[in-house]
Formats: sequence, C-alpha cells, structure tokens
Amino acid sequence: MDFSRTDWIKTGINLGISLVILVLVALMPVYGWQYGVSLFTYFLLYIILAVSWTIFSGTTGYISLATAAFYGVGIYAAAIYGKEYPLIVVVLIGAFASFVVAFFVGAITLRLKGIYFAMFTFGLVLLLKEVIYFWEIDISHIRGRFVVLQSNETIFYYLLGILVVTMIVAYLIKRSKYGLALQSIGENEEAAAHMGINVTMVKILSYAVSAIFMGAAGVVMATKLTYVDPGVAFNPLMSFNPVLMAIFGGLGHFYGPAIGAVLFSYIQEVLTTGDLKDYYMLIFGTILVATILFLPAGLIGLIQNIWRRISGAKRAPA
Amino acid sequence: MEDLLRMVLGGLLIGGIYSLVSMGLTLQYGVARVLNIAHGEFLMFGAFITFWLQQNHVNPLLTVVIVAPLMFIVGFIVYRTLFTTIRLKSPNPGVFESNALLAAFGLYFIVQNIAVRIWGTTPRSFAYLSGSVSIGGALFNENRLVAAAFAIGIGIIFYLFLARTRTGKAIRAASQDATTAGLMGVNINYTLALCFGFGAAMAGVAGALISVCYPINTVMGLGYTVIAIVVVTLGGLGSIPGSFIGGFILGVIGTAVTFWEPGLAVASYYVIFIILLLVRPKGIMGK
Repeated sequence: MDFSRTDWIKTGINLGISLVILVLVALMPVYGWQYGVSLFTYFLLYIILAVSWTIFSGTTGYISLATAAFYGVGIYAAAIYGKEYPLIVVVLIGAFASFVVAFFVGAITLRLKGIYFAMFTFGLVLLLKEVIYFWEIDISHIRGRFVVLQSNETIFYYLLGILVVTMIVAYLIKRSKYGLALQSIGENEEAAAHMGINVTMVKILSYAVSAIFMGAAGVVMATKLTYVDPGVAFNPLMSFNPVLMAIFGGLGHFYGPAIGAVLFSYIQEVLTTGDLKDYYMLIFGTILVATILFLPAGLIGLIQNIWRRISGAKRAPA
Repeated sequence: MEDLLRMVLGGLLIGGIYSLVSMGLTLQYGVARVLNIAHGEFLMFGAFITFWLQQNHVNPLLTVVIVAPLMFIVGFIVYRTLFTTIRLKSPNPGVFESNALLAAFGLYFIVQNIAVRIWGTTPRSFAYLSGSVSIGGALFNENRLVAAAFAIGIGIIFYLFLARTRTGKAIRAASQDATTAGLMGVNINYTLALCFGFGAAMAGVAGALISVCYPINTVMGLGYTVIAIVVVTLGGLGSIPGSFIGGFILGVIGTAVTFWEPGLAVASYYVIFIILLLVRPKGIMGK
C-alpha cells in the first residue's frame, strides 16, 4: 500500500471523529439506556450489511441481491452450532460458511453480465429457502430450530466488533490496488481485463470477502430470535434493505452507505412501530422509487452538490 | 401411461398461461430493457379485477376485454413517467438496467401493499366451467382448456401483429437496438412505452385466466414473475416465439416435478435457470 500521498491531517481528523463516535456508542450499555441499545443494535446491523454490500456491488456495479442468503447462512450456522460452541467460534463458523457459499456462487455466476447476476443472486435466496424447507419437511423432519439466546449487551458488543472490522476491511480494500481494480471493473470491465487485471479472480474474492460480514452479522442476530425456520432466515427484504440504504446514503463516498443505513433503519423503526405499520411496504417502495428518480447520487451527493453551490467552488465538468 | 399423458397434457395447459406471462415479460425486458419484478403484480391485479367483476355477475372470460386495456394504460403511463425519466437520466444502458430493476422492486412493494390493503391475504376462488373433459382417459377441467386456448390465441394474434404491422416492425427494430431504431425515425419513447403497456396487458389477461382456473391471492405475483424470468431466459431475451415455446416446456417440467415431489417444483425452476445461464445464456431461440 502506498501511504506517500496520504493527507495525514485529514485522515487524523476523520479517524478522530470516528473514534469519538465509536467510544460514545460503545459506552451506551454502561449508562443503561435500554431503548438506545436495541435501536443501535439495528443501526449497527444495517451499517454492517450496507457497507459490506458496497465493498463489492457499490464499486463494480454488479447488483447483488444475495445479502439475505449469506445472512441466512449465518442464522442457520447459529441454529446448528450455537448449542455446542461459544458464540465467538460460531461467528467464525458462520462467517466462513458464508465465505465458502459466496465463493462458489461467485465462481459460477460472476461471468454473467450485470442484470442476470442480480436475478441469479435474488433466486439464490429463494432457492436456499425452498431447498431447506424441503429438507426439513421431507428428509430431516426437524421443523424449525431453537437458538441459544444472548443478552442484548452481548449482541450489541459483538455487532460493534464486527462493524469495526467491516469498516477497517472496507477502508483497506478501497485504498489497496484491489479497490482500484474493482473500480476499473465498474467503469469498464473489458478495459480492466486488457490492462492485466484478473477480473474474475478479483470479483470472486471481493464478493466472498463481503459475504463474511453478512454471515457473521447473521450469527449474532440469530441469537435475538427464539425460533428459526427458512422463512425467518431467508427473508428477501434483507436483500433489498442494504441496497436501498447504500444508494439512499450515496455510493460515491466511504461513509455514504453507513449514513444511509442509520437514517433508513431509524425511519423503518418509526414506521414499523407506529400507526403506519400497515403501510410500511408502501412507504418503503415509494422511497425506493423516489431515491432512484431524484437522488441517484444519494444523500451525500445531494449535500456535496449543495455545499458546492454555497461555497461557490467550480463544478467539475460533467 | 395414463399418468404420463396427464402429466404432459396438464403441463401444456398450464404452459399456455406461462407463455402469455412470459411473452409479456420478454416485451418489457427484451425490448424496453426493464426487468420488471412487478410483472407478477400486474397479473395479480388482473386476477383480482376479474374476481371482483365476477362477484358482480360479469362473465369471467368477458372481463379480458376490460382487464387488457386497463392494464395497458397503467403500464404505458408507468413507463412514460417512471422508466423514461430513469432512462434519460442514466449515462449508459447498464446503469439504466440496474436502476430500472431497483425502481421495479419499489413498484412491486407499492402495488402489492395496495392490493393487500384492499383484498387482504386470504385466498379467493370462484367456480366457472368446472365440469371435466376426458382426453385419452385423463380428466381435465373445462376452464383450464378454455384458458389455454385463450392464451394460445392471444399469443398467435400478437405474433402476427409483430410480424405484419408497421408498429410491430418498430417494436422488432427497437428490440434489436433501441438507440439505432430511434435514429432511424422510430419514436422510441412511444414504442418502448407501448411494449411495456402490452407486457402489462398480457400479464393482466394471464391473471384473468388464472383466476378462472385456480385459487388466487394477493401475494402470488412473485411466483409468476420468477417463472416468467426463467421462461424468458429459456426462450431467449426479446424473442416472442422463444417465450411462447419456453412457456410450454417449463409447464411440462414443472408439472412433472410436482407430480414426483411437490416441494421441489420451485427449486427445479432455479436449477433449470442456473443450468441455462451456465450452458446457453442466450436461450433456445436467441441469436
């Protein structure tokens, strides 16, 4: 990695702010703010999912709708191994299982062009769901499983830990030559291949790496559920939420997906608990359509545009 | 032997409806470049409008005359407002496809939620032409035969429309290369919206036919969308005859798998989809 062009002051300020936020969030359970802990559990979860989704899909433009599949693999890892091993081991098992699944899926499908890939990954969620249903009903005769529960604080700190790892890995990938390779794939895959980038390898590896965090988050969140069956574990909405959050926040900036995740999971929390519960999907759909139509660069893009107007800086030629 | 006959004929009958749904999607995806996840929701709406009209004593087969134009108008307007805007804002076709896919997902959530608000999630059904006919010893309901005949008839009429008329020619030109067709004097925004509208109309008609034969509910749409996507891939993107034939093939395969193990029917569609994407992504009729 090349550190010679790093702007140390800017990096320091960024890092400092991140650390302060991290410490404040980490201290939350200590002050015993229960609602805050459960609210932030979802913030952390969706930040992990949105950021890890962006590692691969945000840069390459291949829209993966398989987040729910890897998340569900994590949930099932917790359901199967949760009783025998301590949580930290199960998290590693879930992460590894997701990595392996994503690696194979990537190896099969990443030769496909954009939209086929999106369809295939969405199909994967439904396929896993159907096959596990079939397996449980007809072959193993175990309908649904119970998961060892963990306290809210344990879940919170585990997610926080995974989040920190996710952010560091995402940052390092963005800074490394793999990040550049991913970006050039996103801009023009053929040109990238001609420049000597092993396009298939880079795509498969980064896809599999991004699945690690989804699987790990699935394991931790499974300990919040008492009962697991394929319908619970492989919920397609878990595939769309991260995509929407990342685009809503803005793919162009490192913190965009994270900001989108926090705002959106807050909106979700307000909508699903309030009087508008029945219209949640309707509002969700409307925001999705409106975001695509009016905020293609996300909130961050909007803010950057406004800031440019105010500060009067020259706009880059489009 | 009787089982085999029942399996194949039953598959061909449901295949007629699959063909109709898939021809609709191949117009929307193959020509208008929108992978319309909400396709099945148009179908569901068609089914429920038929159900509602039937409750008000309208002959279910006559409702096709109402459902088709209604869905066409809805589809046309959706394309002209939503997808045309996205298309004009997108820097290249790849970006348009992924943004349109996400917008279609949004549309799917909106339409389904509206339907669930209106009709709830309980399955509905009504009886129409439910006597049975014997073909070579196997029994089939009259309504399924009528529905399949309707589907095949509409398929053939639409194929002739594409092959013989000026508008059909414009649609075929747009399916090959929309930008170039636009340069050749085809009013491209209008033509693409037309395709999207025809697609929605076919989904609506298919829904009307489904409601005649099977119980319907408000969350059935996605299942048919998935089937249509598999058939469109099978038949070749943008190929109307391909989707027509593909529908029957998938109908037979689906019925055979259901006959053997009902839990694996949906899984078998994905297996076909995966094999196709790996072996022949252009489909059987693709160029």
